[in-house]
Amino acid sequence: MKKVLILLFCLLPTFAYAGEAKDLAEDPVLEKRMIGLAEKLRCLVCQNESLASSRSELANDLRQEVREQMLKGMNDQQIIDYLVARYGDYVLFDPPVKSYTLLLWYGPFVLLLAALAGLMIQLRKRKTKIAEPHLSEEDAKRAADLLNTSKDL
Amino acid sequence: MIRFIWPFVIFVVLAGFLYVGLSLNPREVPSPLIGKPAPEFNLAQLHDPTKQFTSQEMKGQVWLLNVWASWCVSCRVEHPVLMALSRQNIVPIYGLDYKDTREAGMAWLREGGNPYVLSASDTDGRIGIDYGVYGVPETYVIDKEGVIRYKQIGPVTQQSLHEKILPLVAELKAK
Repeated sequence: MKKVLILLFCLLPTFAYAGEAKDLAEDPVLEKRMIGLAEKLRCLVCQNESLASSRSELANDLRQEVREQMLKGMNDQQIIDYLVARYGDYVLFDPPVKSYTLLLWYGPFVLLLAALAGLMIQLRKRKTKIAEPHLSEEDAKRAADLLNTSKDL
Repeated sequence: MIRFIWPFVIFVVLAGFLYVGLSLNPREVPSPLIGKPAPEFNLAQLHDPTKQFTSQEMKGQVWLLNVWASWCVSCRVEHPVLMALSRQNIVPIYGLDYKDTREAGMAWLREGGNPYVLSASDTDGRIGIDYGVYGVPETYVIDKEGVIRYKQIGPVTQQSLHEKILPLVAELKAK
């Protein structure tokens, strides 16, 4: 009797664990793939949260939608297209390169180039302003003497 | 003095952009569905679940599809505007009761008045996803060919009604 009881007690934590595991996704591989995709997508309700981390009702529904589409065998790009068709490019954290996003993607480089060009022009100007000082032979000799004496000290 | 002009100009331009950015509403995300055919649906009617409502029935008419729910707080803000609009008989308003229970939806319409010709129950929010709904209330203006012409995100106000929705409805009806 005692042995049986001990055996039952040993089983207790196992039961608890199994119960908890059930609450997680039925298919961990699918869940991982879904989270991976959802991290690239924006939740429209809490706009700076990803679809993976948002707890809003809509994000819940959309995650379920993504899961179902994955089960149907759609690939990631098809699912992204599906969501973009409904919610627009805004659902993507990475905006696609399009005519109206050119400034967003390349504007910083244009600014950088402009700044570099400005710097070059400034440096050239300064170069012409600061003339190379011309030393007469006498001055050069004095300078050399001074340098030599300081070395001896 | 002149050398300080350029940084100042750049600062003013930047500040101008930021100021405009502050006054924009980040919740208004442009819908990609504008100018596209309204997603078709076939749902049970709220008041009589044995009957269906199909979006195709509306072909040939200009109509409004208003997404609402009994749990939606801002729907209460737009409700008087919709009630007044429905009394004017300018354009039929159809409701999409989004992620709501039938009892709660019907109770809310009994209490606050029913501006809709009829409402369809989108209990699981599936049709909402097809329409890109992310913040209830949302209102779609759909033309005679079944194309979405305008989407109002958030409550319909007197201002948006008179400046955008009604002129657009008049224009679409004339076509």
